[in-house]
Amino acid sequence: MALAQARIDLTETRIAAYDLPEGATWANEARHTALTRLRAMGLPTARDEYWKYTNPAELTAPTAPEAALFDMGTDRAVFTDIDRLKIVFVDGVFDPDQSDDLSLEGLEIARLSAVMKTDIHWAMELYGHLETHGQDPVARPLAALNTGFATDGVVIRATGKVSKPVSLIYLHQSETSDAVLHHVIRVEEGAEMTLLEQGPAAARFNSVTEVDLAPTARFHHIRAQGRDHARRAVTHSFVRVAEAAHYKSFTLTCNGVLIRNEHVIDIVGDNAVAHVAGAALGDGKRVEFHHDDTVFVTHRGEDCESRQVFKKVLRNGAFGVFQGKILVTPGAQKTDGYQISQALLLDEDSTFLAKPELEIYADDVKCSHGSTTGAIDEEALFYLRSRGVDHSTATDLLVLAFLAEAIDEIQDEMLRADILAQLDLWLARRRD
Amino acid sequence: MLEIKNLHVELEEEGKQILKGVDLTVEAGKVHAIMGPNGSGKSTLSYVLSGRDGYRVTDGSASLLGEDILEMEPEARAAAGLFLAFQYPVEIPGVGNMTFLRTALNAQRKLRGEDEVSAADFLKLVREKAKTLKIDAEMLKRPVNVGFSGGEKKRNEILQMAMLEPKMCILDETDSGLDVDAMKLVSDGVNALRDAGRGFLVITHYQRLLDHIKPDVVHIMSDGRIIKTGGPELALEVEKNGYADLLAEAV
Repeated sequence: MALAQARIDLTETRIAAYDLPEGATWANEARHTALTRLRAMGLPTARDEYWKYTNPAELTAPTAPEAALFDMGTDRAVFTDIDRLKIVFVDGVFDPDQSDDLSLEGLEIARLSAVMKTDIHWAMELYGHLETHGQDPVARPLAALNTGFATDGVVIRATGKVSKPVSLIYLHQSETSDAVLHHVIRVEEGAEMTLLEQGPAAARFNSVTEVDLAPTARFHHIRAQGRDHARRAVTHSFVRVAEAAHYKSFTLTCNGVLIRNEHVIDIVGDNAVAHVAGAALGDGKRVEFHHDDTVFVTHRGEDCESRQVFKKVLRNGAFGVFQGKILVTPGAQKTDGYQISQALLLDEDSTFLAKPELEIYADDVKCSHGSTTGAIDEEALFYLRSRGVDHSTATDLLVLAFLAEAIDEIQDEMLRADILAQLDLWLARRRD
Repeated sequence: MLEIKNLHVELEEEGKQILKGVDLTVEAGKVHAIMGPNGSGKSTLSYVLSGRDGYRVTDGSASLLGEDILEMEPEARAAAGLFLAFQYPVEIPGVGNMTFLRTALNAQRKLRGEDEVSAADFLKLVREKAKTLKIDAEMLKRPVNVGFSGGEKKRNEILQMAMLEPKMCILDETDSGLDVDAMKLVSDGVNALRDAGRGFLVITHYQRLLDHIKPDVVHIMSDGRIIKTGGPELALEVEKNGYADLLAEAV
């Protein structure tokens, strides 16, 4: 079907706003193919089914809307005390001075910009490939845009059990920056690594992370999306999970005028595990808050387990969205799929919209999904207060209790404690 | 200790009057029991005293150690020394029982201007108290009341009471849902807390709880009023003849 002229114009204007980087033949091809695909799809508009609850206009506009910088004051940044390999990007550009030496036993790390100029590189079989694969059955044009124009990012290959996490730190220093980052990660058989991501990144941020897990590989992903109120972001994770591999992802979001996190997970081998979780805390008091988790998990292997656990705490007109799907293909017997999305509304001004979906073509599977929207449990609140806990502390305790199922998806105790410390900060700010 | 005078209470939404002039004084060191048929206002009295929403006091007063409590927030009443053992203890998924106990204990201490209890001291204290109530480590770790049996919930209420050491304890139908053994265990827990400085108000339908927790004074409540007050023998009379005679007498 031909695209409407308005959509073509929107797409062409956005494409025209960027320079197409030149690189090795395979890289140029990947970029051109991505733009061809993008032109065929067109950039999304609010009329698209998958953008019904989140207006993409600010993500598709030719230039990034301005975003004020945020001063954290004396608050400690997340992951500060974690022993990690730091890779710093400032407004979407790698900063070697602030980054650690890119070497760690069991890891090969390179800059995307360098890899894209290398004639032969293992990443050429992944760059844009997992993204392309993830366009079916739901189009994700902003990811194709990313593959076409990404100028920076990291390319990581894990070959053993890596001793400390790789930590991507996204600093935001320009009020008009428009960052497009693309990461490619391959975890080899038996290897295991943890990826940390933190920070707002830019006034507008578009990221694609392609993760390829070989059989028995393990990948842990913990994200804290920063606190800059005014920034916009769309992030995509395209994940391929082979036999007996484990993928575990957790994202914490505090603030953000518009954030869409997409997860596209393809479980291709047997006995594999994929968990994706998120906790979003939104306060629309000073600046709007709109948060959207869009997840698509496909089961192709037998005896696999997937979990989606998403919790949102919303107040002062904050807006939360969840679109989650579990697709079980005909051969994927003994699938164990679980999906829960819940919102705790701290007032009557906030909104949560959820679209949980199951599509099952195998007959021997266990799949469940649930979605709830509710207020603080008054009975529990009174019970706590009758024991001497003041209203505010009691509310905090119930908020943390509500988030617990998502937080518990973080396996590492120190990282979990660190994320909890960030939650405490948010709760303390709530009282201001 | 607890002084209730001419207390009139109605339901906030419906405006229906539940308590129609309750007069009751519980002295330190004494156990008072309130008995009465369903719908007589016993539980409402306990909720109003502990500060639950949904009730409107239209007349009268209630004070704890001379301090008017009806205007206080529920947490302030707790800090002042009031404790309600719930008829239906609330389940709080996600909040560990230990966290709950420690938060409550320290919150009360803070409101009273006292230092917080250290983690080590708290642990020692809770283990000691839990042991006498036969509450095992597993139960302490679980989320508050989640998946607890009826008996476990009631024992957990008494554990909270033992930890918080309130001055005035109100037990709202603590015997409901308990088998004979659990009733003994809970009663022993309550009896262990009896001392000269503490008052108790035990609300119950049945005499059997009062076999274990021996009251000094028994009140009969009906239609929002205390209609008769007497010694422990009054409870036995109810057990034998039911409420009908007493109600007829009152009219």
